[in-house]
Amino acid sequence: MADPAIDANVTPPRMEVSEEIAVQITDMNKWYGSFHVLRDINLTVHRGERIVICGPSGSGKSTLIRCINALEEHQKGRIEVDGTLLSSDLKNIDKIRSEVGMCFQHFNLFPHLTILENCTLAPIWVRKTPKKEAEQAAMHFLEKVKIPDQANKYPGQLSGGQQQRVAIARSLCMKPRIMLFDEPTSALDPEMIKEVLDTMIELAEEGMTMLCVTHEMGFAQAVANRVIFMDQGQIVEQNEPKEFFNNPKSDRTKLFLSQILGH
Amino acid sequence: MSAMTDPPRPSFRLSQLIYDTRYRSITIQVVALVLLCAAFWWLIDNTVENLAVLGKDFDFGFLGDRAGYDINQMLIPYDNSMSHGRAALVGILNTMLVAFLGCVTATVIGVFAGVLRLSKNWVVSRLMAVYVEGFRNVPLLLWIVLIFALMTEATPQPRDFREGGSASMILGDSVAITNRGVFLPMPTWGDGAAVLGLVVVLSLIGAYLYRRHARKVLYDSGRLLPMVWPALAIAIVPAVVVYFAFAMSTGSAQVRLMAADATEGQSVAAYGEAQGSLSVCVPEGTIGLNVQRLLRGQDLRYSESVFATEAMAIDAFRNGDCNMVAVPAGMEQPLLGNPDIAVSALSESTTRGAPVQFEKPVLGGFNFEGGVQVRNSLLALWLALALYTGAFIAEIVRAGILAVSKGQSEAAFALGMRPNRTMNLVILPQAMRVIVPPLISQFLNLTKNSSLAIAVGYMDVRATLGGISINQTGRELEGMLLLGMFYLALSLVISGAMNIYNNRSRLKER
Repeated sequence: MADPAIDANVTPPRMEVSEEIAVQITDMNKWYGSFHVLRDINLTVHRGERIVICGPSGSGKSTLIRCINALEEHQKGRIEVDGTLLSSDLKNIDKIRSEVGMCFQHFNLFPHLTILENCTLAPIWVRKTPKKEAEQAAMHFLEKVKIPDQANKYPGQLSGGQQQRVAIARSLCMKPRIMLFDEPTSALDPEMIKEVLDTMIELAEEGMTMLCVTHEMGFAQAVANRVIFMDQGQIVEQNEPKEFFNNPKSDRTKLFLSQILGH
Repeated sequence: MSAMTDPPRPSFRLSQLIYDTRYRSITIQVVALVLLCAAFWWLIDNTVENLAVLGKDFDFGFLGDRAGYDINQMLIPYDNSMSHGRAALVGILNTMLVAFLGCVTATVIGVFAGVLRLSKNWVVSRLMAVYVEGFRNVPLLLWIVLIFALMTEATPQPRDFREGGSASMILGDSVAITNRGVFLPMPTWGDGAAVLGLVVVLSLIGAYLYRRHARKVLYDSGRLLPMVWPALAIAIVPAVVVYFAFAMSTGSAQVRLMAADATEGQSVAAYGEAQGSLSVCVPEGTIGLNVQRLLRGQDLRYSESVFATEAMAIDAFRNGDCNMVAVPAGMEQPLLGNPDIAVSALSESTTRGAPVQFEKPVLGGFNFEGGVQVRNSLLALWLALALYTGAFIAEIVRAGILAVSKGQSEAAFALGMRPNRTMNLVILPQAMRVIVPPLISQFLNLTKNSSLAIAVGYMDVRATLGGISINQTGRELEGMLLLGMFYLALSLVISGAMNIYNNRSRLKER
């Protein structure tokens, strides 16, 4: 795909991936009523790894990453995040959620709070950080996503790309060890996709563990250590980006890639 | 050089007034204005002519005339010798009372029903749906009449409360529900009531300040102080302490019953038998209440005169207005050693009483006496308005909560926030913005619907100024104008107040 946002010829930065396991999913199954959304998912994510998950709509990719921070409940199998078992125990859920940041397709900023308040709400009320410290930290991350001058505006006054960058900064304010991205650029204009992807690439270069549901294949080639292809609730294929794009194994992957890259 | 040509000057044709978008809107506005002026002129001219034919003038002087009719529920002193203006004021206060009670209750009911209708519990959500649909789809007038009929037909008569009767009072013999209304205990003020009131106000302010302080501590140091329990304690404990401090100290001081021509230490009963009749002078407040309890407890017949202060009661006794008087400890001086009347203390005594005591309604004669009577007309109107409007508010609340996208709570959860905090900090502030504007119009509706009081004979402003006063004076034009202006003013005040709130919490975009 000729992606204007990412220059695919740039050699992907090969950051160190440690042996430490960040997320371990074993034999996970999930149903919506009688509909079997996720089937026997097995996935191990090492610290510092950047994983891109792609697949046709309805394949369960969003559901998969939403299970990792318990926004969705799984019915069978085991999910372990940073050594904490995800169970119905509220304490475990709280612990995992405070270590896992998430960005959504529609940003989900709090429209009644300013950008700065969006970024300090959770640190103050969940992490019990003093307000001043929380604001300093928030300004630091807002500078990192390059919008410190918008701190006192409201989300409705910002463009889509700016809002998504604020959403990333808001997650970072909780100092997460793992970041989940659920189609972060699907609701954006082509021009704004680049500014969000640049922010994500920067984050990747700093060694953040990332799981990203996206159709930005340029981003996958530039940043990912591993690309996972899902269909009908199953992981069909996973490989290094180069191998994945140049030499797909299953027919379903080939079909998907030909459709997504062909046009 | 090419000659500059003027843009073609359009020649104006009459048809452009209708077909040209530039003139069309002006034409329509001019026509509408002319029609409106004509309608107004016709109305006013017609009124003036008709008044002239009837031989009437336009005069608000009737408001100062004697009203001559009674009103069965008064929040301010009124009797039939007072003016129509005063009667209108009594009605206005009655309207505002039922509107206020109705708005508060409807909001509480509406919020509960709206939230519960979203419940995942099938039975609860179905029940709420039945409530909402039932009340929304049946005319309000029917509900008012139905509830009034239930209250007057299905409740016992006061005489059923006599000994051996079928009915009994509830809540420790303090509340009587009868077909003439509900009788509630009335608060009576004693020593330290003012201090107690002040303490209550100050501790409420204190509780509010504590919550602000707790938030500041959280912001400054990240320490989350407990919010609910300390605030509740600050609000309640000082008042309880002050209450008991007064009740134990000055409140427990003795009050003696002194009587003329009695023998020292005679009992009231014996004294009454000797005298033939008993009359007692008492001060207002808890002393009077306690004397009343003492005498009633002995089943004595007596008459009672109430005075503003202890000294005035004693003076009246010395003038011979009554043969007994309540004398608090330390105030015996003007009575003792007085050669004119032989005064001696009876054997019974009572106390000054706590800062607040409640006077229970007591069955006497054909009806209950004492306490506060809440008439069935008020109750039925209040309940029907609250339930009816509450059903609409429930839908508004449900819509408000549903209007906040699921993504908002998911984002808060993903940041590690618990559900209750997410509700308070994220969902409610946003839902309120959707809820408040339609809520204003529900409050206005309720206020104006309160004029359906006519169905149950509640004496609101429509019944006094817009009813009896008009009938008696024949000033229907003036009366209806005033009535309309009152409802307009009340509506403007309500919507003004709510709009201030609405503007302060509006979302900023662009």
